[in-house]
Amino acid sequence: MGTVAIVTENILQAMAAGLLIGCIYGLMCAGLGVIFGVMRVINFAQGDFMMLGMYVAYYFVTSFGILAIMGPYAGPIAGALVAGPVLFVLGVVLHKYLVTRVTGIRVAGLEGEGHFAQLILTLGIALVLSNGGLILFGSEPVSIRTPLSRTAWELGPLMGDAVSIFVNKARFVGAIVSILIAGALYLFITKVRFGKALRAAADNPQSATYVGIDVEKAHRVAFGLGVAITGIAGGLVASYYPFQPYVGIEFVIVMYAGVVLGGMGSIIGAFWGGLTIGLVQQMSTLILPTQLQNTAIFVVFLLVVFIRPEGFFGRSAERT
Amino acid sequence: MFGRRSLLRESLPIVGFAAVYMAVASMVESEYHLLTFTLVAVWATMGLAWNILSGYSGLVSFGHASFFGLGAYTSALALKLFGITPWIGIPMGTVVGAVAGLMIGVPTFRLRGHYFALAMLAYPLALLYVFEWLGYQEVAVPLMRENAAYYMQFTDHRIYVGIAVALMTAAMILSRKIEISRFGLSLLAIKQNEAAADAAGIDIMRNKLIAIVLSGAVAGTIGGFYSMVLLVVTPPSVFGMLTSAQALIMALFGGVGTMWGPVIGAMVLIPLSETLHAELGNVIPGIQGVVFGLAIILVIILAPEGIYWKIRDKLRAGRDDDRRPVDASSAAPAEPSEPARIKPGPDAPIVLSVRNLSKNFGGLKAVQDVSFDVPEGAIFGIIGPNGAGKTTLFNLLNGFVTTSSGSVSYKGGDITGLKPNAVCRLGVGRTFQVVRPFLRMSVLDNVIVGAFVSAATDDQARENALAAIELVGLGGAAERIAGSLTNKELRLMELARALAGQPKLLLLDETLAGLGSSEVEDLLAAIRRIASRGVTIVIIEHTMQAMVRLADTFLVLDHGQVIGLGDPKTITREPRVIEAYLGKKWANRA
Repeated sequence: MGTVAIVTENILQAMAAGLLIGCIYGLMCAGLGVIFGVMRVINFAQGDFMMLGMYVAYYFVTSFGILAIMGPYAGPIAGALVAGPVLFVLGVVLHKYLVTRVTGIRVAGLEGEGHFAQLILTLGIALVLSNGGLILFGSEPVSIRTPLSRTAWELGPLMGDAVSIFVNKARFVGAIVSILIAGALYLFITKVRFGKALRAAADNPQSATYVGIDVEKAHRVAFGLGVAITGIAGGLVASYYPFQPYVGIEFVIVMYAGVVLGGMGSIIGAFWGGLTIGLVQQMSTLILPTQLQNTAIFVVFLLVVFIRPEGFFGRSAERT
Repeated sequence: MFGRRSLLRESLPIVGFAAVYMAVASMVESEYHLLTFTLVAVWATMGLAWNILSGYSGLVSFGHASFFGLGAYTSALALKLFGITPWIGIPMGTVVGAVAGLMIGVPTFRLRGHYFALAMLAYPLALLYVFEWLGYQEVAVPLMRENAAYYMQFTDHRIYVGIAVALMTAAMILSRKIEISRFGLSLLAIKQNEAAADAAGIDIMRNKLIAIVLSGAVAGTIGGFYSMVLLVVTPPSVFGMLTSAQALIMALFGGVGTMWGPVIGAMVLIPLSETLHAELGNVIPGIQGVVFGLAIILVIILAPEGIYWKIRDKLRAGRDDDRRPVDASSAAPAEPSEPARIKPGPDAPIVLSVRNLSKNFGGLKAVQDVSFDVPEGAIFGIIGPNGAGKTTLFNLLNGFVTTSSGSVSYKGGDITGLKPNAVCRLGVGRTFQVVRPFLRMSVLDNVIVGAFVSAATDDQARENALAAIELVGLGGAAERIAGSLTNKELRLMELARALAGQPKLLLLDETLAGLGSSEVEDLLAAIRRIASRGVTIVIIEHTMQAMVRLADTFLVLDHGQVIGLGDPKTITREPRVIEAYLGKKWANRA
C-alpha cells in the first residue's frame, strides 16, 4: 500500500469516525442548546447530567439481563432511551427547587448580575453530582460492552483494493439514534404547540407571559428536556467509550464549544456545532497526539468565541 | 469608606489575626493537623487571589486554576530539573502567574458575560491536557533532606504553617491596600456599573488588567508553595475544575469583595472537608467535592454575597436609621447664592462643534447629518420627541457609540472616536437618562469616583467631590448609601459625580425625567448654579416647559434630523417643531 493510500485511508477513517461521533455530540449539544436557548442559563452541570445518563444506561443494560433479552442492537439503545425520562424527572425537580431561585423572567432578559448566581449554582450542582457519582458508582472506568463496541463494518475497498474504512457498529447505531432524536426535537420545537410556547418564552419572556404562556413552566420543561436529551446522548456514548464519574468535565467543553459554534441559542445550530466538534476532534488526531484532542477542541472553542461569538450556524431570527 | 486611611493602621488587625493563628498552630503537635493549618492558609490565599479579580471587579473567573497550576509546576520543575531552590522557584511562580494573567486578560476582557465565563473555564482545562502531553503526569519534588532549609523541606511542619501564614498575610494586606485605594474604588465602580465608570473617566481595560495581573501573581505564588507542601504535582490536582472551584468557593462562602471573606471561607470549609476526607475518605471517596458543592449551593441561595456580608448587614440593620431622605434645599442651608448668569455673547468661543454627524444602526438612521456649535458658558438644550435620536447623539458625543460619519470637536481638537474615559479626561462629563449610581457605595464614594479623572491626589479627589456634593445641594447626604436615595437625590448625585471631575462641558441626559414639579425646580436651580460657575451645559429633554426657562438655545431633533435651531421662544412657535411634538392638527392651529 502506497503512502498516498495510507494517508487517504487515515483521513477518510478520521472523517467517518468524526461524523459518527459528531452526530452524538450534536445531540448532546442540542440538549444544552434547549436549555441555553430557552432560559439563557449557562449550565455547568450539563456534563454531569450526561454522566448520570451514562450510568443509568449502564445499569439498566447490565443489571436486568437486558442485553441478553434485547440483543446487542436494541439493548444499548433501550438503555440510552431509558436515561431520557429519568434525567427529565431529575432536571424538572432540580429546576423546581434550585435553579428557579436564580433564574426566571427576572434574569432571562438581562445580561448583568443575575447570571453569575446561575453559573455558581450549576457549578455547585456539578460538584455534587460528579463527587456524589464517585461515592455511588466508584472510580473504576466502565462501559457498556457489547459485541458492537468492538466490531466494525468495512466499507470498501474504495481505491483499487487498498483503501477501506471501518465503521464502528456501536458508534454507527449511536449516530443514527442521535439523528432521529434531534429530528424529533426539531419537530417538537417547530410544530407542536408547546414547543412553540417554549420558543416564545425564549424570545421574549415578558410578552410570552402577557399572551398567557406560563414561562416558569416552559423553563422547567426546557430544563428537563435539555438534561434528558443530553442524558440520552450520554447513554449512547456509554456504548463505545469507557467512563467514570468525572467524565462530565471532558464533555462540558465539547458541548459549549458546539453550542457556541452553532450560535448560542439555536438548537439546530447546536447540532451542527456538535457535529463540527466531533469532526475537529477526530481529524486533529491526524496531526496531533491523542492527548491533545481535547486541547484542539479548546482552541477551536476559543477561536470561535474571539472571532465570531455569534456562532456560524444560528440565524438570529431563529433564536430557538 | 475611601480616603484618609493609613495602610499601616489597616494592617494591624491583619497582623494580629496572623499572630493568633500562628500561636494556635504552634501549640499543635500532630503533623496532620499542622497540614490542615497550612492548607487553610493556602486556600485562603487562593481565595484572596480570586477575590482580587472577581470580588472587586465583578468579573467572575472560573479558571483561576490556570495561575495556580502554572505556579505549582514552575516551582516544582525548577527544583526537579534545575535544582533551583523554592525560595527562588516560588517567586518565579509569582512572575509566571502575573504574566499568565496579562496574557489571558488582554484577549479575554474583550468578551462579556457568558463568553467571558466560558473562556476562563477553558484555559486551565486546556493547560491540563498540555501538561499531560508534555509528560508531566506526575512531578515528584526530589527529597533533599541534607539541606532542608535551603530546599524548603522542613521536618518541623510548623515552619510550613509559618510560610503559609506569611503569604496569606501578604495577600490580605495587598487586598486591604486595594480596598482603600483609588484603584480599588475604580474596580468597585466598574463592578457596579461599567458604563458609568467609563463615562466617569475610569480606564476600564487598564484597571481590569492590573487586577488580573495581581490576582494571577498571588495565585501563582501560592500554587508554587502548594507543590512544595504536597511534594507532588499532577495536572488534575492543580489545573482541575475543583481547584478553580475551590478558589471561588472560599471567597463566595466567606464573602465576596472583602479580604476577610476568603479567610473565613477557608477557615470553615477546609477543616470540614479535610476532616471528612480523613474520617470517611476511604469509605466515601468524593465527600470533599460534595461538601464544597453543597456549600456553594447553600450560600448562593441563602446568602448570595457570603457570610461576612450577611452578618454585617444583620449587625447594621439594628442601627441603620439614616434612611430618612434629606431634603436637598433644606440640607444645604448655606446654598450658594445664585450669581446672575451671563449668557454667552455672539463672539463667545466655541466649546463643542459638531459637523455632519450621522449614525446608522443597520437600516435605521438614528442620527442624520447633525451639525451645531455650542459657545462657552451656554446652556444648550436638545429637545425632540421620544425616539428622535437625542440619546444616540449624546452617545456619539462622548464615545459610547462609534460614529458612522461626521466629526465632533471639543475646544478645537477632534474627539471623534475617542473612548468615553478619554473624552471624560479631556473635560467632558455626562449623566445618564437611566440613573446609573453605584448603589452599594456611599454618596461621597460615588462622587469621588467621578473626581479621580481630574484630581492628582486622593485628598484632592475627596475635596472636589465634597465641593460638588455641596454645589448640587446634597451636602447633608454625603455619607448615605446611594441605594437609599430618592429619585431626585440620585439625579443630583449623578450631577455631582459628573461635576466632581471638574468638566468644562457637561452633557445631561434627561436629568428631569420622572420628577415632580417641585423636584424639577430643585434640579433646575442646581443646573443654573453649575452653569454660573462657567461650565458649559448641553441638556437633553423632551419636556418643553422646564427647558424653555433653562436653555439659551434650542436644537430640535426629529427622526434623527435637525428641524430647528435657535432661541427657545422663537423655536417653540415654529410649525415644524409643533408638528413634530403635537402632530399636524396643532401645527395648523398655531
